[in-house]
Amino acid sequence: MTFDAIETWWWPYLFILIAGWLATDFWRFLGVYLGGRMAHDSELLVLVRCIATGLVAAVIANLIVFPAGVLASVPLALRIGAAGVGFFAFLASGKKVVAGIAAGEAVLFGSLFWLDVL
Amino acid sequence: MNDPEATASVGSERRAWFLRGVRSAISVPGFILASAFVGFAGLARDAGLTLTQTVFMTGIVWALPAKVVLVGAILAGSSLPAAMFAVTLSSVRLGPMVVALVPEMREPKTRSWVLYALSHFVAVTSWVLAMERFRYVPRSMRTTYYAGLGSMLVLANMAVVGVVFLIAGRLPPAVSAALFFLTPLYFVTSLWGSARERAGQLAMILGLALGPVFHVAMPGFDLLASGLVAGFGAFAIHLLIKRRRAV
Repeated sequence: MTFDAIETWWWPYLFILIAGWLATDFWRFLGVYLGGRMAHDSELLVLVRCIATGLVAAVIANLIVFPAGVLASVPLALRIGAAGVGFFAFLASGKKVVAGIAAGEAVLFGSLFWLDVL
Repeated sequence: MNDPEATASVGSERRAWFLRGVRSAISVPGFILASAFVGFAGLARDAGLTLTQTVFMTGIVWALPAKVVLVGAILAGSSLPAAMFAVTLSSVRLGPMVVALVPEMREPKTRSWVLYALSHFVAVTSWVLAMERFRYVPRSMRTTYYAGLGSMLVLANMAVVGVVFLIAGRLPPAVSAALFFLTPLYFVTSLWGSARERAGQLAMILGLALGPVFHVAMPGFDLLASGLVAGFGAFAIHLLIKRRRAV
């Protein structure tokens, strides 16, 4: 039952609806339902946030280490280096996301031109 | 009660606040989000999704981490239950975010379907913007304001995704590489910024390190395994530090 398991036009949309829409709006609707009933600083919520953060971080690391498409032909060291520079620029600028993105992109784009790899 | 003039003036006030919500979407956080969606369009295209599937996913799922996980699961050839479980886990944060947002915009007479409908717009950017700007919005107009803000962000980014998807194939490779690199850069920075406690930042570092390891060690379950190990690991350290402080 993978994304391209069934050869019809509607299967990918059903897949997105169940694995995407249901999986996200479930939490949003539950949030509305629970309203203010949940203690915001409970230890259970800390654990839940940690798992969620770890999961998203794993996705991001895989996007950098095992990318699809054109990024796959960029050297691995350059991908990790550019992400690292972006992250440290973000920290050094007082947590400005714009600064992190600009620095990371400058390293990636600059090196691609300099090394002429693509 | 049903004074037509009063109704008309409430109507025009609502329109004004809706438009103010729309306008607040056009802001620095809004542009950063759009740049991350530029990256997402490239990611989805490289994963083999069609234009309509990608635009549909943008509107129906909306939260970017959830979509990146979903595309990651599709790329990894995950089954429907595994993909759903991974996306569900990655979206837990939406629950507490909505729990925090709803009391800010609810009035005794607010109908609950309005809140359920508006909750679909909740994702990091609209949530941060709303929590920040609500203090300048009269309570009775906050649902209207959030409807303007949320719908503008969703529709604008559906358009961004559609346009980028169409032109991505015609760009020079270095430009597409730079565009597709926006998504990981956006998350590496904003994920750290959004962590509310040290434990969250520790979970992020562990997740970054474990993701590629589990990708090789247990393909198909790599996301779940990394999330659970990083989450429980960071939480355990968080408890240990807390206990040591208490002693």
